[in-house]
Order: sequence, then structure tokens, then C-alpha cells
Amino acid sequence: MTETMTGAQAIVRSLEELGVTDIFGLPGGAILPTYDPMMDSKKIRHILVRHEQGAGHAAEGYAAATGKLGVCIATSGPGATNLVTPIADAHMDSVPLLAITGQVNSHAIGTDAFQEADIVGITMPITKHSFLVTKAAEIPAVMSAAVELATSGRPGPVLVDITKDAQNGKLEFSWPPQKDILPGYKPVTHPHGRQVEAAAELILASKKPILYVGGGVIRAEAHAELAKLAEITGAPLTTTLMARGAFPDTHPQHLGMPGMHGTVPAVTGLQKADLLITLGARFDDRVTGDVSSFAPGAKVIHVDIDPAEIGKIRHADVPIVGDAKVVIAMLNAELEKQLAGSKPDYSDWWQFIDGLKSRYPLGYQEQEDGTLAPQWVIQKIGEMTGPEGVFAAGVGQHQMWSAQFINYERPNSWLNSGGAGTMGYSVPAAMGAKVGEPDRDVWAIDGDGCFQMTNQELATCVINNIPIKVAIINNSSLGMVRQWQTLFYNSRYSNTDLHTGTDTQMVPDFVKLGESYGCLSIRATNEKEAEEAIKLALETNDRPVVIDFIVGRDAMVWPMVPAGVSNDAVQYARDARPVWDGDE
Amino acid sequence: MTQHILSLLVEDKPGLLTRVAGLFARRGYNIQSLAVGTSEIDGLSRITVVVDVEGHPLEQITKQLNKLVNVVKIVELENDNSVSRDHMLIKVRTEANNRSQVLEAVNLFRARVVDVVGDSVVIEITGDSAKCQAFLRVLEPFGVKELVQSGAIAIGRGSKSMSDRIK
Repeated sequence: MTETMTGAQAIVRSLEELGVTDIFGLPGGAILPTYDPMMDSKKIRHILVRHEQGAGHAAEGYAAATGKLGVCIATSGPGATNLVTPIADAHMDSVPLLAITGQVNSHAIGTDAFQEADIVGITMPITKHSFLVTKAAEIPAVMSAAVELATSGRPGPVLVDITKDAQNGKLEFSWPPQKDILPGYKPVTHPHGRQVEAAAELILASKKPILYVGGGVIRAEAHAELAKLAEITGAPLTTTLMARGAFPDTHPQHLGMPGMHGTVPAVTGLQKADLLITLGARFDDRVTGDVSSFAPGAKVIHVDIDPAEIGKIRHADVPIVGDAKVVIAMLNAELEKQLAGSKPDYSDWWQFIDGLKSRYPLGYQEQEDGTLAPQWVIQKIGEMTGPEGVFAAGVGQHQMWSAQFINYERPNSWLNSGGAGTMGYSVPAAMGAKVGEPDRDVWAIDGDGCFQMTNQELATCVINNIPIKVAIINNSSLGMVRQWQTLFYNSRYSNTDLHTGTDTQMVPDFVKLGESYGCLSIRATNEKEAEEAIKLALETNDRPVVIDFIVGRDAMVWPMVPAGVSNDAVQYARDARPVWDGDE
Repeated sequence: MTQHILSLLVEDKPGLLTRVAGLFARRGYNIQSLAVGTSEIDGLSRITVVVDVEGHPLEQITKQLNKLVNVVKIVELENDNSVSRDHMLIKVRTEANNRSQVLEAVNLFRARVVDVVGDSVVIEITGDSAKCQAFLRVLEPFGVKELVQSGAIAIGRGSKSMSDRIK
């Protein structure tokens, strides 16, 4: 049974058949044909953004909060290039993202036509794959393949660039499309059994193991399997920036986040371990610091669905290629078999770790000048919202504090731009998350710098009834850059002052800005006001809320490992290195 | 030995070469030579790429290439069980008094003269990289006016085919 339709209709119908229900986008000349049938779709809600970058990050936030595919759409030329940042972001953080762009007519390609850009060429290094479609008949098979690629194996962004004549052309539509167009794509999800056995043997032979958990565990929805692995082994566990929420923060085996701003127990636990049980993590430089001195005494089990990650940075003694959910389940079964009812004894190791935990808990100092402590604000938001909240951060100090001081108890509750470090991610990502998870409270925890990059999407939120809550952690500066200037550039503050604090010109005034968009807008300058504002925000669900938290600008993110040095040099606070028993 | 020959079977798609070359460029891998042509299977092309792996393990290069969706298969061709050939066209200055010496070199190397004019000849030579380079060194004293060289192409010895499990 086939049906004659236009390419544009086939795009919409294919998306419907593929289960897509929400799209973020902005029309323009080369994608106009597709916007016409989209208007008639009963299954797809299209949300008109104010900037294509917002569409991309919204699709990312939607994907990160729901675990489903995120979809964004834009026109050719500048519409497409505005998607470049979110596509790069999704590539770094393995977000399943489908980006659809219009392209000029196929006969005009290469002529420098109006709004022509070679978006397939531009995005080649930052997509999992991309397609240029010039014929209507190709559309169903390409759409199907694009979604398959974006969501399977290691997820990632896929771009489908469709010429205007392909959208206007006719085809005979049938579903599912018949042709297999991916002969070179065969992701390995099921590991070698022998490797899993070897991993179990290493774990049981280890005296000081640590579970090093990365974002792959969240993408693979392997949190239940991970919880069981933690229970079977009783080993300490650390979740990377991308994996916050993969394991409950309140669990006693959880040491917190590793890396540049990780907890002392997590950073030191990795350094002193004799075995890293690496699950869906990729030894990012922000985790390892100087690679040659990272976890020097540890053997490595490395589980990843992407074979290219294994051995890329650190040699793996037991490499396991496979889906984290499948691998961890097999590992659990194998460990239970080998343990035969007994429990591994890591008591000496735990004694060391517990010492670190009690001596170096995560904390912060009150501001000396009596201003609001940003860490307090963020912690309070987390406490008052509860574990079902979704928290999307921008990039910088507030991002690190949000990763540190909010307790994440479930996956898909922490959204951020980890690999790319994209300022401006927060507001649109929160918007996308709220569309995907309308029953959860969704916070954008943003900085005053980041917020000024993408706050135009508040218009989208108001018009489309997407009641997100925005917490601007306003320290009137590009805070993380300022922190580095304080520490490494003699407190010479070159171009980091943003003049948004109450004792400045206040350009812009975030409360007035929020009001002009139709958001409930509140300023909080002390703890009492802050608590009331958060309470009011949580009670308000008929419109977005913007809270301008005026916080102390000298607050810094601690602990910290300076860039490029060994993680042994972790500082608990400024000029304060931790000491531990048996320190060599 | 830092040079390795990789043979790739790839889908014959627009932009494929850009994907392969771009991957080498952005990850800082060095390409020594690259040759692309059709294969025995419709829709699949064969790329022979000679890579310099100093600083980057061959395994990582292969894995990254394998991530390209249009790359169907990769094998490394080892010197002792494969045949590799370069192809050169060389325009050499000749005069009446030295043309016979040039032709003698051509015969010794089993090369061929494909064009002759009064003051130059064009010579074609096929062989492994070492032979071609040696021939070039012999010709240099006469004056090499122009040199064109293909990338190496290579094939495994024996009856097995790289596409055996693909057809």
C-alpha cells in the first residue's frame, strides 16, 4: 500500500511513524514546504522558538530529561548555522538529536544562492552522521536511518539536510521504508562473555576498587543494574558530571563527583584505587587532570559502547565493548556466580575512604560581606524542589555548584553541557525538558552571563505555556573566568565584569526583563527573600518564573585541581591541600 | 616502522572522501598517501591509505575510521602478505648525448617510455614505493622537469577477498 504525497508531507509522516511528538524549530524559505503539512499534524506539536540555537538546546534538554530522541528543525543558511553549537554540544555529550534543515533547490547548490550554506560540510566533524537529500523518494528511508543512528549505539546528533525541491517533489510513500541503507553501521551491544568473566575476576582480586560511572550509564538507562552492582560489590562509587543521578547521591557508597571540582574522597579514591571499574565514562581531561599521573596504581576495566573510547586515553586491562545495561547485568550475574553467596571484603579500603569523607566533606564558607552564598541558594533550590525535579545548568561556577550541592537521586534529573561547555544551554534546555516532562518541576539554574545568551526563549515558554523556573545566580560577572583570574592572573579582572548586580548599573535589570516577557519575576538578596522566592516559584505553574539571586561575587568553586596538574594536587580550599594517613 | 597500509571498503556516497580526510585532519593523523577507486562491488569504493602512525596508535585510527557510518570494512595490509604498487609519470630532460643512458635506466627498472620529443621523454613506472623512489634518484641527474605520482594501491595475497563476507 503506497500513498502519493509530497516530500514535505513525507517528512512529517515519517516523523509521526517514528514516534516523534515534539519538535522545536523556526521556519524560513528553504524549509517552508515542510511547515505547511506540519500545521495539520495531529501527532506532532511544533514549538516555535525565537532563535535556532534555542531549538537545538531545547531538543537536547528534551532528550536528556526523557531519554527519547530530541528533534529540531531550521531553514537553510543562517538558520542551519545557528544549530551548529547545539549539534556540537550533542556530539560531545552523546545526546540523541535529529536536526532537520532545509536546503536551497538542488540545482542552486554550489552557486552561492540566497541563504545557502554547506551545512552538511560544516557539521561533518560534529555529527554522528549526516545526509543531504535531493530527491523526494529518498526521504522515508533517510528519516528512518537518521533516527536509528541518533538513538542506537552511542547516541549522537544526526543532521538531515533536505533541498526545497525534494520537499516539493512527489513520492510514493510506504512505511516502513524497505531499503537498508546502513551497511557499515553495526553497533556492538552484547559483550564477549569471556571479558565479563575477566572483569569479575579482577574485581574480586582487587583490594581497592572504585566504580567510575559516566554518562553512558544514564544514556543506557542502566541505573537499576548499577545499583545492583554497587550492592553486590560494596565498592565506593563516583559519578562524573555527565552521570550525576545515575546513582543516588544520598547512598553511603557514593563519594560524589570526581575531577577538577570533584570531592576529595572521589578524586583521592580514584588516585589511590587499585582498580577502576569504568562504566560508560571516557577519561575526560576534566576528570583525569594530568593523565600520566591519574590513578597510577590502578588496573582498568573499561566498559563502553564506543570501541574508540577504549584505550583512547588510558590503557584498559579488561576492555568490554557493549551496552552498559547489558554489560552490567551480565557482570552482576557473573559476580554472583563467582562469589557464591559471600561478599568481597574491602574494609581496609573503606576505612581510608571513610576517613576522607569525614575529614573533607563538601562544603562552603559563608560570604564575608554578608551577601548571599550562591552555594546556599542552589542547595536550597535542590532541597525545596525534591528528587523529582529537573535541573538544567548553564556553564561555569553555578554549574559546578549545581553539580555539587543538589542531591540527585534519579537519572535524567541533571542536565548540563558537560563536554562542550556551552554557555546559554540552560534556559532552552530547561524549556525542552519541561515539554518532555510536564509534570516535573524544571529549573534552569543559570549564571548572569549565560542567561544573557539565550533568555529570548522565555518568550517561547510564556507563549506556549511552558512554566519553567529560572534561577539566575547573579554575581555580576563571568564567575568561573573571574575565579581563574583571581587564582592564576593576580586578580586582574580582564573583561569579566557584567554590571548586572544591584550595586552596579544593572544592565539589564533581570526582574524587569523577566516581567517584560510575562514571567513572574522576583529579586532575592538575602536568605529570607531567597527562601520565599523559591517557595513562590514552586507554587507557580501558570507561567515561567525568573528569580534574580544577587550573590557574592567572590565565592569560588572548591575543591579544585588546577588545570593540567596531577589530581594528587587537589585543593580542598584555597592553598589548602588535604592530608591523609599514610600520605607518601 | 611507523607506516601502515589500510584498505577501506566504503559506500560510494557524496562527501565520503571529505569525511575520511576530515577525520585524519581533525584528529591530527598523518596521511602519507591516499588512493580511491571503484571496487568489485557496485556501490562500494576502495580506499588505500598509507598512514604515518607516529604518536597515534594504529588501533585508534582504525576505530575512529570505523565510526564513519559509510565505512563498511577496514583491514590493515601487512607488507609480507600483500602487494603494494605506486604509479609514477616522470618527464625527464634529455639531449642527444644522454638519451641512451636514460633509456638504459628505463630498461633496468622495467619502466616504459610513453612520450618522446626532441628534448624530453615521459616515462611511466609502476612498482612498490622503494623501487619508484630508486628510479627517481637515478633520473634526477638528467633533470626531472615534472613528476606525477599516484597514491599507493594495495591488495592482499592469496585467494581471499576483502569483500568475502560482504557480498
